Amino acid sequence: MVMSQRLTRDDVAHVARLARLRLSEAELDEFTPQLADVLAHAEDIERLDVGDVAPTAHPLPLRNVFRDDVVRPSIDRDEVLAAAPAAQDGQFRVPQILGEEQ
Amino acid sequence: MTIGSAFDIAAQVRAGTRSARAVVDECLAAVDAREGDVHAFNLVLADQARAAADAIDARVANGEDPGPLAGVPVALKDNLCTRGLPTTCSSRILEGWRPPYDASVVQRIVAAGGIVVGKTNLDEFAMGSSTENSAFGPTRNPHDLSKVPGGSSGGSAAAVAAGFAALALGSDTGGSIRQPAALCGVVGVKPTYGLVSRYGLIAFASSLDQIGPFAANVRDAALLLEVIAGHDEMDSTSIPQASPSLVDVLDDGVDGLRVGIIEELSGEGIAPDVLAQLHAAATALEKAGAIVETASVPATIYGLSAYYLIAPAEASSNLARYDGVRYGNRVDGASTTEMMEATRTAGFGAEVKRRIMLGTYALSAGYYDAYYGKAQRVRTLIIRDFARAYERFDVLLCPTSPTTAFALGAKTADPLTMYLNDVCTIPSNLAGQPAMSVPFGVGDDGMPIGVQVLAPLQGEATMFRVAAVLEAAQKVGDHV
Repeated sequence: MVMSQRLTRDDVAHVARLARLRLSEAELDEFTPQLADVLAHAEDIERLDVGDVAPTAHPLPLRNVFRDDVVRPSIDRDEVLAAAPAAQDGQFRVPQILGEEQ
Repeated sequence: MTIGSAFDIAAQVRAGTRSARAVVDECLAAVDAREGDVHAFNLVLADQARAAADAIDARVANGEDPGPLAGVPVALKDNLCTRGLPTTCSSRILEGWRPPYDASVVQRIVAAGGIVVGKTNLDEFAMGSSTENSAFGPTRNPHDLSKVPGGSSGGSAAAVAAGFAALALGSDTGGSIRQPAALCGVVGVKPTYGLVSRYGLIAFASSLDQIGPFAANVRDAALLLEVIAGHDEMDSTSIPQASPSLVDVLDDGVDGLRVGIIEELSGEGIAPDVLAQLHAAATALEKAGAIVETASVPATIYGLSAYYLIAPAEASSNLARYDGVRYGNRVDGASTTEMMEATRTAGFGAEVKRRIMLGTYALSAGYYDAYYGKAQRVRTLIIRDFARAYERFDVLLCPTSPTTAFALGAKTADPLTMYLNDVCTIPSNLAGQPAMSVPFGVGDDGMPIGVQVLAPLQGEATMFRVAAVLEAAQKVGDHV
């Protein structure tokens, strides 16, 4: 949790798995120092004492925007499914999910 | 070479003194002559553009008014959805995908009589500052083909600079309109967050992304922004107000206006020739009656670090949708997880993978507070410091890019060096505020330099007045 700990190759491999990316050994060698450099640059904000500053998630004061609950035309389902890699019976088709490890 | 201003084209087409078809043919002739060298486009819509021009001419002949962009050729960054037409984000993962709807900005341009001439190249998913991260090869700077056009909207900037289109749209998450505009010698505007609907803009970092215009001159940029701005119920972050009046204020001048030069972004790390033009711009504003002083916005020096945690964090979430299920390419696998991994691994380029990993890391358990949480608090500091500066000043001034256009390949091996290009543009995105780049002089290498004008939320009218004075002092737009 200390930011000055330099990012390791194992960290990068772990994050790649979380993000559903497979990295080659060569990519791990290339990306590890590159990402570590970016995080090292971010140490300048680590030194800031901002505990009493509220976080900003968004530049505008956001609130929920609701429209009236009335049926109206939307994008055609068949047109959407036509752009999918695989579709069947009006739905997106994917490989087997049940029985996977995760 | 250029086809003339969008403003003049629209006036002539509406008056029936010039045909939209002739304008489009001129554009396409320019594309034929130089596109092979420049590679501004992922897709040129020659037949569709000619047909649309003929339809505009028929309406004029019929006594109708096609609108304020009548017959004006417009290029669209290829991360804006166009119904039935390939929209790639310059990524393999979306190659061949045809969106089932038009972005709101595209609908508005067509409704105003504008003619879409093509989809322009970008850094993959708008992640980059040179357009070298495109899966379809880099765009080159029309002023010098050995140099980058900037990025990520490099194709749109190059298209306007080369006269392939009178106007173009880009998107700006950390400087992706303003920096390429500066490097290509054109005007580029990042409007206030929420002024222009993002419906149909493929998301990169949703709290920062904003669509904006490229043009060869300030008035054309104002014209296009008037057309695309204004509330849209399809974007829940759209500001519920009508489009601002911009063209009408361009001659109002800057007499008595208070202009602050941001000292934190106008010193260390900025090339001397860029600084010289910034100070020449300040002098021009003073001559026009503005009061120019040094301004301090201290937290802007932390903008880069905050941005390169916040933007990748949002990107890692936004790009989770590219999983081979609903659109784009799929690489088969025995299970759904294997299919998703294989699809994403084959579909994304190196920079997109880096940003996804950076963002995933910044959001992961144990690091969220230290990285993403801290960056969000720094974002608050930047907004607070801008607010203090705007108590004393109407607009702020700083360079757009630290240097003129650099050589292709010069910064591709070191992502952090590439990221430093965005140091002057990022703060406005974090604050949601408008900023624009105006061509002002050239560097020691003869390449264009841009001066950046920043304004508070919805301060576009004042910002454009300043830009108009800078342009008048320079006679820009006619040196390509």
